[in-house]
Order: sequence, then C-alpha cells, then structure tokens
Amino acid sequence: MDKFKVMVVDDEQDFLETIIKRLKARKIEVTGAESGSKALELLGAQDYDVIVLDVKMPGMDGIETLKEIKKRKPLTEVIMLTGHASVESGIQGMQLGAFDYVMKPAALDELLEKMRQAYERKLIQEGRA
Amino acid sequence: MEEKYYQKLWWDIILTILSFSVIPLVVLGFVMYHQFSVSYSAKIMESIRTLADNRVGAVNLFFDERISQLTTLANTSSLEQLRDEDYLNRVFNIIQARSKSYIDLGVIDHEGNHLAYVGPYYNILKGVNYKNEEWFNAVMASGVYVSDIFMGFRKIPHFIIAVLVREKNKVWILRATINSDIIESIVHAAQTGKGGDAFIINKNNILQTTPRFSGDLLSTPKAPDLSSATGTNVEELGYDGGTSFYATSVVKIKRWVMVIKEDPKEQLTPLLRARFITLLIGAGGVLLIILGAVFTTRAMMKELIRMEEKKAISEDLAMQSSKMAALGKMAAGIAHEINNPLAVIGEKAGWLKDLLAEEDLGSSPNYQEFAETVDKIEQHVSRAKKVTHRLLGFARRMEPVQEKVDINAILHDTIGFLENEARYRNIDIQADFDEKLPQTTSDSSQLQQVFLNILNNAIDAIGKDGEITVKTVHITKIKNLAVEIRDNGPGVPKEMLDKIFDPFFTTKEVGKGTGLGLSISYSIIDKLGGRMMVASEEGKGTTFTIYLPIK
Repeated sequence: MDKFKVMVVDDEQDFLETIIKRLKARKIEVTGAESGSKALELLGAQDYDVIVLDVKMPGMDGIETLKEIKKRKPLTEVIMLTGHASVESGIQGMQLGAFDYVMKPAALDELLEKMRQAYERKLIQEGRA
Repeated sequence: MEEKYYQKLWWDIILTILSFSVIPLVVLGFVMYHQFSVSYSAKIMESIRTLADNRVGAVNLFFDERISQLTTLANTSSLEQLRDEDYLNRVFNIIQARSKSYIDLGVIDHEGNHLAYVGPYYNILKGVNYKNEEWFNAVMASGVYVSDIFMGFRKIPHFIIAVLVREKNKVWILRATINSDIIESIVHAAQTGKGGDAFIINKNNILQTTPRFSGDLLSTPKAPDLSSATGTNVEELGYDGGTSFYATSVVKIKRWVMVIKEDPKEQLTPLLRARFITLLIGAGGVLLIILGAVFTTRAMMKELIRMEEKKAISEDLAMQSSKMAALGKMAAGIAHEINNPLAVIGEKAGWLKDLLAEEDLGSSPNYQEFAETVDKIEQHVSRAKKVTHRLLGFARRMEPVQEKVDINAILHDTIGFLENEARYRNIDIQADFDEKLPQTTSDSSQLQQVFLNILNNAIDAIGKDGEITVKTVHITKIKNLAVEIRDNGPGVPKEMLDKIFDPFFTTKEVGKGTGLGLSISYSIIDKLGGRMMVASEEGKGTTFTIYLPIK
C-alpha cells in the first residue's frame, strides 16, 4: 500500500504526541494539530488523505471543522474520534461526510485499519473523478 | 395521615349531605304534622262545641215547653175550676196523655196551702204548707220557678216547675213535679264513643244527670269544676292524671252547665295514626338518605383515591424519568471526562509496547516484566473502557425511543450493573438466553428500567445466598418473546400476590421501598404492548414473566 498522508486533530496534547509517535513508527506520514483552526491552516498549505478529528474540542469543535474541511477539500476522508459515545454525534458526522467514527479509547490497530479503509475509498473516488 | 384525611373528608361529605336533606325533611314533617294536628283538634273542638250547643238547646226547649204548658193551663182555667180536684184530675190526665214525665200536679194559694193535688202522694202532700219552702218564696218573687233535681219521696230523680198566676186580686201557684228522665235521655244522647261523657251540673257543681263515668247523680262530678262557665266554650283540661276536651254550654233557665267530655285519645286516633305514618315515612326517608349518602360518598371516595393513586404514579413516573435523564447526563459527562485520560494512558502504553518491540531489549533481564506490565495496563484500560462505554450506553437509552432492541443485550447489560451487588451477597445470576432471539422494536431504556427493578427486587427478596435465573424464550406461535426472571427467595404469600402490582404495595420496610417499582414496571410493559405476570410459591421463590410482542 502507498504511503498516505494523515493529520490527527485533538486538543489533548499528550494523546496527540503519542499517537503521532506511534503512527510514525508505523511508517505513516502524520501531522498533528491541536485545534480545528490549526488543522484548517495546515490543510490550506498541504493536502491530506485522511484526517482523524476529535469531536469535542474547545474553540472550533469537530463537527464545525468537519464541515469546513468538506467544503474546502471534499475528497479528504475524515474519521471522527469521540470520547463521547453519543451515537448522534457520530451519525451526524457521517451525514456530513465523515468516513466513520471511532470511540475513545480506541486500540491503535483498529484506528489504523479504519484509516486504510478511508484511504482506499479516497483512491477509488479520485479514480472516478 | 392519608387515611385520616380521607376519613375526615368522608365525614364532611356525609354530614353535609345529611344536613342538607334530613333537616328540610324533618322540618317539613314537623310543620305538616303540626298543621294537621292543629286543624284536626280545631275540628274536634268545633264538633263537641256544636254537640254541647245542640244538647243545651234541647234541654232549653224541654223546659220552655213544660213551662209554657203549665202557664197555658194556669191561664186558661180559673182557680175555682182547678181547686176542684176532679177537674184537676181531668186536666192532669190530658197532660199526662201527652207526656208521661208529669208525676203530680198541685194548686197552692198565696199562703202556701195546698188547695188541690193530683198525684200518687195525696195523703202525704195534701196537707203540707209550703210557705217556708225556698222554692215557694222564689216563685212568689219571680213568677216561674224550676228546681234542681232531687230524689224526693219516690227515690227517683225529678224536679218541680212552679208558675205564679195572678187572677184578679188573687195570687196562686200551679206546681208540677216532673220526672227528669227526659233530661237524662237528652244528655245521654251526647255520651258518644268509648270514653265520651255528658252531664249537667248546677251552679254548686252538683250533678243533675247521671254521667256514664264521672260520678253519681247529686254528687260532685269526677271532673274539673266547670260550674262557673258562662257561655259555650271548649277547653282541654287535665283531671286525675289525664287530659280531656271539655265542652260547656249553659242551660239558661237554671244556670246549669252542660258538660260534654271527650277523650282526646279516642277522638285523635286518626291524628295519632297520621303521626305514626309521618314518623314512619320520615324515618324511611332519613334511612334512604343515609344509605344514599353513604353509597355516593363511598363511590366518590373510591374514585378520588383511584385518581390520587393514578396521579402519584404518573408523578412518580415523571420524576423517575427526569431522575434517570439527569443521571444519564451525569453518567455521560463522567464517561467522557474519563475516556480522554484513558485514551492517553492507552496510547502511552501502546507507545511503550511499540518501543519494547522495536528496540532490542529481549536480552534485558526485566524485558518480561516490562512486557507483562504494559499488557496489564492495556488490559485494564480496556476494562475501564468497558465501564465507561456501558455508562454511555445507559445514558443514551434515557431518551424515549422506538428502536430495534436486542433483549438479550439489554439483559446482559442490566445483569452487568448488578453483578457486583449480587457477588457481595453471594447470589448467582444465571443467564439462559435464547441465542436466536429476534430483535424487536421497543424502548431499551424503559425495558432496562423494568429488568433492573425486577432483578433488584429478586436480590432484595433473597437477601443472601441464592440464585436468580434470567431466561429468554422465543414463542413463535404468538410472535412474542418472553423474559423469565426467577429467584429462589422466600416467595410471596398468596393473598399478597394479587396486590403485588398495586401502587404503594410493598413488603419492604418503611422507607426502603416506595411500593411503586412494580407498579411502574407493569405500566411500562403495558405501554410497550406487552404483559407482565407473576407466580410465586412460599418458600420456593418468585417468577416474573414478561411477554413482549415481536415487531
């Protein structure tokens, strides 16, 4: 599988640092953003294949960020990461175009698998486009 | 407290109904009876007054007739003629032919000498001089004299009538003795009924006729002294412990008083009957009103209590659900706050694991320890995750919904909540699930509340050391699924089993149970279209079965 570019957006600094380290260890090109606005800023500078987005964040929350991402780069796949297992926010995210949602705390392997699936879908969509 | 309140209300209503219906009834009864009694008494008095007048009229007429007969006789014959005893005898015979009441006839001169006499006592009376007799002086003064009744020589009651005759310069007297049996019979005609009496008294209250009951002739009557009566009058008077109606009327010629006595008891029999009937109807009416009031009030109170209970249930349901919603929100908040640090711990542990695999630490003597420790951390993160996810699931179910539910999963979660509690009490909860149980459309949070309630009750019933079996069955025939929760607790006595779903029924100690749990559960299952049943045997345990339609 090709290398794909990932961005993880989470306000929890410790979580962000660690997951980046672990993904990097798995040879994934990953960037971290500690807020929605930071994520959008990064997205302006560069394209990402998959964005892992925490739902509940101070300032711009996950749902708002998702809307903005889909507006600017519709082909970017987004996986919602939620500490609040409300099905509603997950479903809402998916209605807004998110690929899937994962509940915190999630096993890295599970998250990784979802990322790959998302990337595959992106490839298919790009192929069609 | 409640009981007392209802009792007070009960009495209030009853007393209000009674006072508003019995009082008018009683007043009506009394007024009507009183009016009837007044008019009836008036009628009786009127009737005996008429009787008295009538009888006195007859007596007066009798006297008038006798007096006019004698006056006529005296004025149509001269003294010369009447002195002749043969002539007098003829005249006497003519008079007596008309009326047997004449006993004798005499002619007396102004000095009291008996000039002529016709009658049975010729030898005794012929020579008598009446100059000093009271009646002689009275007749000389007033022209006509009627005596009181007296017995005389003959020992029969009679009286005399004497008229004064003025002939030229002579004055003489015609005197007749008359048997009083005519007066007796006139008076006796007024002695009516069983206890009625009639008699005549003179101005000294001496009986002039023989009464039926009130004494003997020429004695004082056994009755109040009415001798001073002046006109026709009716009074109710007491005598010798009893009261009677007394009608009086005056015989004008002698100032005798005719007394007619009526026994009010006898005369008033219809009135007494009316009183009895009034009382009977009144009592019947009051009884009916009381019965009606009691029945109506009882029905009202029942309805009131039923509504109060209904209100209490719905209030409790509302409170329960708002409590659950609040609890759900709190649980969700806590779960979220814990999930974030858990995620960090999980990632850190994962990173450690990554590092352990990457670097060649296999030779390190503590490698095994590291690996195991990291594994344990991950294992317990996962355990904590289960708890928080269950909490979130619980919170999510608070919103009332119609969703596809997996009954087995709900039961599994519910049992999960109670596992710790059960373990402390050494109660084993056995799950015997039908793995092919289909999903149905229902409200998982409400079902969970019901299951939680029944399981809690089962644990409370057992107390310590026991077993609870939770079984699910798919009943294909009636498109139902059944959940059976059985405990081996002490069971419920038969007489309480009927009331087990009633609101406020509880076997728990005061303050421990509201008595609403099962009632609420029952109404929840009912609303969801299912049925809830209970079976119990004392000493063996209790089984709750819930049937839910598969939709």
